[in-house]
Formats: sequence, structure tokens, C-alpha cells
Amino acid sequence: MSTYSVSDTTAPAAPRAALTFSNLSGRYGVGLAASLVWLAFGLSCLYWPDLGDWSRTGSLGIGAIVIAAFILFGTFSADYLGSAGQALRKRAPWLLAFGAFVTLWEVATAKFAWLPLPFFPPPQSILEVYTDDLPKLLDSVFASIKLQLGGYIIGATVGFITGVSIGWSQKIGYWVHPVLRFIGPLPATAWLPIAFFTFPSSWSASTFLIALATGFPVTVLTWSGVASVSSAYYDVARTLGAKPSFLVLKVAIPAALPHVFVGLFMGLGSSFAVLVVAEMIGVKAGLGWYLQWAQGWAAYANMYAALIVMSLLCSGAITLLFRTRDRLLVWQKGVVKW
Amino acid sequence: MVVQSAAEAIIYPAVGAELDIDGVSHAFDIDGATLPVLDNVNLSIAPGEFVALLGPSGCGKSTLLRLVAGLEKPRTGSLREDEVRITGPHPSRVVVFQDPTLFPWRSVWDNVALGLEAQGILKTQRHRVDAVIELVGLSSFRNAYPHQLSGGMAQRVALARALVNDPKILVLDEPLGKLDSLTRIAMQAELVALWQRKGFTTLLVTHDVEEALVLANRVIVLSDRPARIKADIAVARPYPRHRGDPYLADLRKQILGLLGLEATW
Repeated sequence: MSTYSVSDTTAPAAPRAALTFSNLSGRYGVGLAASLVWLAFGLSCLYWPDLGDWSRTGSLGIGAIVIAAFILFGTFSADYLGSAGQALRKRAPWLLAFGAFVTLWEVATAKFAWLPLPFFPPPQSILEVYTDDLPKLLDSVFASIKLQLGGYIIGATVGFITGVSIGWSQKIGYWVHPVLRFIGPLPATAWLPIAFFTFPSSWSASTFLIALATGFPVTVLTWSGVASVSSAYYDVARTLGAKPSFLVLKVAIPAALPHVFVGLFMGLGSSFAVLVVAEMIGVKAGLGWYLQWAQGWAAYANMYAALIVMSLLCSGAITLLFRTRDRLLVWQKGVVKW
Repeated sequence: MVVQSAAEAIIYPAVGAELDIDGVSHAFDIDGATLPVLDNVNLSIAPGEFVALLGPSGCGKSTLLRLVAGLEKPRTGSLREDEVRITGPHPSRVVVFQDPTLFPWRSVWDNVALGLEAQGILKTQRHRVDAVIELVGLSSFRNAYPHQLSGGMAQRVALARALVNDPKILVLDEPLGKLDSLTRIAMQAELVALWQRKGFTTLLVTHDVEEALVLANRVIVLSDRPARIKADIAVARPYPRHRGDPYLADLRKQILGLLGLEATW
């Protein structure tokens, strides 16, 4: 599906700037500063002795200096690197801020212990988790993804079908609506104790709860989406010879799709919460369980490492959902960019 | 701009249908009260005729069109298309509404293809979609989405979406009502040209007296709600018509009088 407007003519390349003092403070200034901050981070790792016993301090310091070199190279050759160069230039302020943050973090923990130590582990100890505890962490990631994906797909499918049914048929709505009102608003986590002894396994119980948490918002929003489709669309389709199945599949559902995606987004958020709680309480795998386990051993670095991974996964899932929406709803004007 | 020779290739059954409206009365129930909207309307329209329905705002014109389209059933009386009673919507009677009501999730081409797709004959009849888009002069916008179109273009797409079904009766519910006056004049000419080429029976609801006189063979003037037929006026003038024609000006004065607006003349 391409739109008719063709605007893929590239903007004319910016004139290559000579290396002058004014350029150093303007065009290249931020990139240069970012590079210096990362260099400072690397040197701070290597210069002061560690207050604790961490094995990755040296690697981290060298890594930081390598990053600094890359930023430096990228900044001055951005004009020759095409889109990668442009992306780097755009993100230079963030690289600067992030470099400053990790430098401060390094100095405040590993070097001078301004922050109480076991609770605030330095960057190198988190790096250590990623290198030394990787198999266990990866197992947890896969377990979480499997559980989440299964429950989410079941919940979204059931919710979508239920929503379309009650939006379309008053008879189905009569029976389903009260049940939905009674069960839906209950937080899915409240079912945890019951679910864990009524279901044959903790895995099936968690899948059910994730599906429940996903299903409710998807049902309600699909339903309201279908119910709010303008009757003019049905009139048009009917005069053109549409049968009821066409009205549902080709009119009601596409018209309701923007609502459905809001429901899918809300369902994703609440299902993450259920996933983590279910893994902490019942399932003996996954990132929630990893967090719990790390807490039991007072392995704070592992907790932070798992939190970072979890955040990346959740954010990635939402990005994926929004990309799908943008593809399916290209016909909409001004959809929110994630 | 609308009549293009490339579109000559489409084969249309160049015959409109006869439409008979016999003793039709209709009413709505609003908050327990019955609101009569049509009162014993009798009208017989010959195949290929262009009839305009004129009447004050809210008099029930659009309700009559919905009955003709088969979207609603009359309380009493009957409507027949070629002597066959109208019991529901059928693609031989297509409506173009005041709002283009294009489906925003479908491109221009997919919107026009809607009728053929709903009837399950799109696979073999794709050329008809291409031809009718060409006919309304929107070939370069076939992949555009409705939000990218101007009001006049959107209404052209709505017209193409109706015409692709080869309707025997084209029902127009103030289709030009929301367009700016220049686009409106251009589209009136296009409408007449299309009607002359295809020969479908046309029923147009409008509250613009001039539009009715420039387009129609016959102008039906309706009363206030509940609508009754107040006058049935033949407009015996060849096309293309000129807005300054003294004959039309006389008729206009007469019709405005019937509508109780003689003072504005």
C-alpha cells in the first residue's frame, strides 16, 4: 500500500564543514564533549582503585575508552557515514548525558562509596552479571517470553472475539455484559491464590491470569469500538449489497481497529504486572523469579541487571505493538509515535 | 473533465428502471410520540427520468430516499422497482449520501470496489473499478486514502462507488450540499453528463432550487412535515442548461412561491 505522494527525494547534502574553532563549539561540540565524558568514565574506572572486589573494572574502563574513540570518529566523519552518521549526531546530547551519569555512578559507588555499597552496585558488577551469569539470565528471559506470549495471545484473541460479539449482537451482550462487569475490574493478581491450586500447574495458572489481565481491556475497547461505528457506514455497505458477514468483517472490525489497539496496549501493560507477580510467587522460572532469587541471596547487582533486561523487553514489546499498529492503521492521521 | 473517451469501453445496460411509489406513509416513534414524516406520497417515475425532490428542511425527503433504497420499510403503502416490490437494499438502487462516507481505512480504489467485493464478483470485474475511477477523473489518486482527498474529490469517489454497480436507479441525497459553490457547479455538469451517458433513473434530493432546475426533467415540490406532494413540475428544457435562462427563472420564482419564499425573489 503506497500513498500517491512521492517524497523520497533526499535532501541535498549539507556542505562539508572545515575544522575551525567555531565548528568545535557548535557543529562538533556536543559529539566532542560526549567523547570526552566517555573517556573520563574509562579513566575513572582505571585510575582509582576499587573499594570492593570486582573482576570487570579493567574491561569496563577499556570498553568505555573504545566507545569514546567511536564517538570521536563518528562525530568528525558523520558527513561521510550517511544515515548512521546522522543518527549519531542526533543522539550526541543523550550520549553526553548518559556518559556523565555512568561516570558519576562509577565514582559514587566503586571508588568513593558515597552511596551505601551492597545496595548500589557499581556498573562493573552489573557487567559481571551479564558476562558470568548469562546462561541463567537467558533461561529466565526465554521462560518469561514464553509465558507472556502464550497468555497474551490467548487473552487478546478471546478478548477480541468477545468484544466483537457483544458489540455486534445484543443477545450475546445481554449474557456476557454482566459477567464482564463483575469479573473484569477485579485485578487479575487477586486470583493468584485460587488459580494456583485450581489449575494443574503453576504455568497454566499464570497463563490463565495473564490472559485474563489482557482480555478485559481488549474486550471492553473492542466492544466500544464496534458499538461506536457510524451507522452511515452500514447503510452504505448494505445498499451496495453487503451481507451481515461482510458488515462484521469488512466494516465493523476495520472501523473498530484503532480502539482495539488501545485495548491491546492497555492489556500489555497489565499483563506485565501479572507476569512478574506470578513468577515471583508461583512459577519457578522467568525474570520475576530471577529477581526474587537474587533478593534471597542479596545479589543486588543481579537484581539491577534483571531489571534492565526486563525494561528492555517490555519496551520492546510495546514498540512491536506500535509498529504493527502503524502498519495496519496507515490510513489514520496523526497516530501517537512511541 | 469527467467525460473521458477511455471510459467508453465499459458496457452499461443503458436502461434505468421504473420506480413506483404508491400511497406511502411513514412515521417515527420519538420518546413515545409518533412523528409522521410522509403522508400518502404517490409518485411514478419513468425509466431514465431525472427527478428532483425539493422541500423545506426536515420535511422527510431523506426518509423517502431511505425507503426507495430499501434501508427502511414504509408503515403503509408500497414501493416498486420495475413492478417488483422493494423489500430491502439492492445494488441496483445505490445511494450517494450528503457525506461521502468513504471508508477511511480503504484506499480510493478499495472504496470504489466495495460494492463488487460485497457481491463477491470483484475478482472477475476489477476492470470495472479502474474504468469508473477513470470516468470520475481520479486515476492518479487510486491509492490515496480518504483523508488525503478534498471534499469534491471525496464526493467523486462516492459517486464512482455507486456507479461501479451499474445502478438502475441512482439515489442522490444532497450529494453536493457540502461542496463549495465552484466545485458544485462543476459537479452538476458532470452529473448531467453521466446521467445522459448511462441512462439510469435518477432521484435527487436537494434544497437548492437552482440545482433542481439545472439538473432535473421533473421537479417534485414537497410540503412541510409530514411531506405530501405539493406540485409536480416538468422542466422541458434541453441540456446543457443555462442558469440565466428566463424559462428557468420563471419556474424558480414559481417554486419559491410554493415553498413560501416568494418575498425573497
